[in-house]
Amino acid sequence: MLEAQLTKKLWHFQLDVHFKVDNQILLLWGHSGSGKTTILHLLAGLLQPDSGFIKVNGRLLYSDAEKVNVSPQARNIGYLFQEYALFPHMTVRQNVFYGLKCKKGKGDEPLLDPVELLNSFGVGHLLDRYPRQLSGGEKQRVALARALAVRPQVLLLDEPFSAVDKKTRVGLRKELRKLHEQWQIPFILVTHDEEDASYLGDEVIHLEKGKMRDLTTSFTAYSRGLCAENASYVQM
Amino acid sequence: MFTQLTDWFPVLLSLRVAFISVVIISILGLPLARLMARREFYGKEFVEAAITLPLVLPPSVVGYALLVFIGKNGLLGKALAGMGVTLVFTWYAVVMAATVVAFPLMYQSAKAAFQSVDVNLEKAARTLGAGELRIFFTVTLPLAWPGILAGLVLSFARALGEFGATLMVAGNIPGQTQTIPTAIYFAVESGRYETARTLVAIITVFSFLVVFWVNRWAKKQKH
Repeated sequence: MLEAQLTKKLWHFQLDVHFKVDNQILLLWGHSGSGKTTILHLLAGLLQPDSGFIKVNGRLLYSDAEKVNVSPQARNIGYLFQEYALFPHMTVRQNVFYGLKCKKGKGDEPLLDPVELLNSFGVGHLLDRYPRQLSGGEKQRVALARALAVRPQVLLLDEPFSAVDKKTRVGLRKELRKLHEQWQIPFILVTHDEEDASYLGDEVIHLEKGKMRDLTTSFTAYSRGLCAENASYVQM
Repeated sequence: MFTQLTDWFPVLLSLRVAFISVVIISILGLPLARLMARREFYGKEFVEAAITLPLVLPPSVVGYALLVFIGKNGLLGKALAGMGVTLVFTWYAVVMAATVVAFPLMYQSAKAAFQSVDVNLEKAARTLGAGELRIFFTVTLPLAWPGILAGLVLSFARALGEFGATLMVAGNIPGQTQTIPTAIYFAVESGRYETARTLVAIITVFSFLVVFWVNRWAKKQKH
């Protein structure tokens, strides 16, 4: 479970959000520049909020009141970057083992075998390729494997489907749903795509200039129609 | 056309000075470039301009400024003289002149190279648990390496060819502070054209080979 209350002054508006997510998919939906990526950065510790708190499974990661600020390295939060941020000078194997080498001997949780993860994502045969030799969908699977190999307690995904074409997108959405069912940790996904929001979001937060507008109810109604549409699209 | 070179001292000194300068420049310049590439602070432009100044100033001005510091009555020179150490007109002064003049070339190239590395890669490494030092050596440095190498070569070549500032702080003492450029100048002055020609040929061929090799290497990296 993740709970966060965050404020951060950005140059053109004030970010002010409070949300709580169980082992579900939370969607941050809004136009570009509405503060979505900033929220992911704050959660991962790549940016520091002005005030508030972040709590994951009862562990306090940030609190201005208690002067707690856990480093991004120690937060155990997985982050799938927009465009995936795979290390271009490393092979797929080196990429997915990168986090493991850092965590060796530090964590108490057993780590995963990244090769098995890659196999389960259907990209196990790409181990010795470089990122530039991969398609958008392959890159995404590798980046997911890299983020999940260190057994994060939360997974953040920034526009995970922006770099793939529409057809791949529909397939990847389904895979992500399945992945979430296996992992049972909070996924927080940023998107500006309404279909993503309706198909994936257990809960949706609509962001507008750093403020939240809860749209869960209206979206569930909207999503029923769209899911049906998606299903037919996939079958075609 | 070329005579046998009787005095190899200028060649050896130039190579030694250029090599030592590049080592000093790397140790000081790389962390500074990295810092300036990613941090914003008050007065940054001022510091940047000061660092770049030796690149655009006439070498004689740099030489004069160095004399103000390490000259017999200079700020640092006086204190060192009290301890019995003299820097001017020694090969240490040659190293100092080469270092100061070549520093901006390395700094500029390295800073541009560090800036060209996608910040998201460093952030991704952070979320995977890598510490800052590890990120620098496994992500930032390898990706910035072509630009840094270009800076190394440029500053090496500049240090090898340094003339004006060297002459002012170290003079042209054969067997002590005489480098290839100063030796060429004084050989021509005294009408020893064969010696000048040989030294010119050596430094030209050597510089050509270095640049040629680096360009080839850079091309290979791209493929």
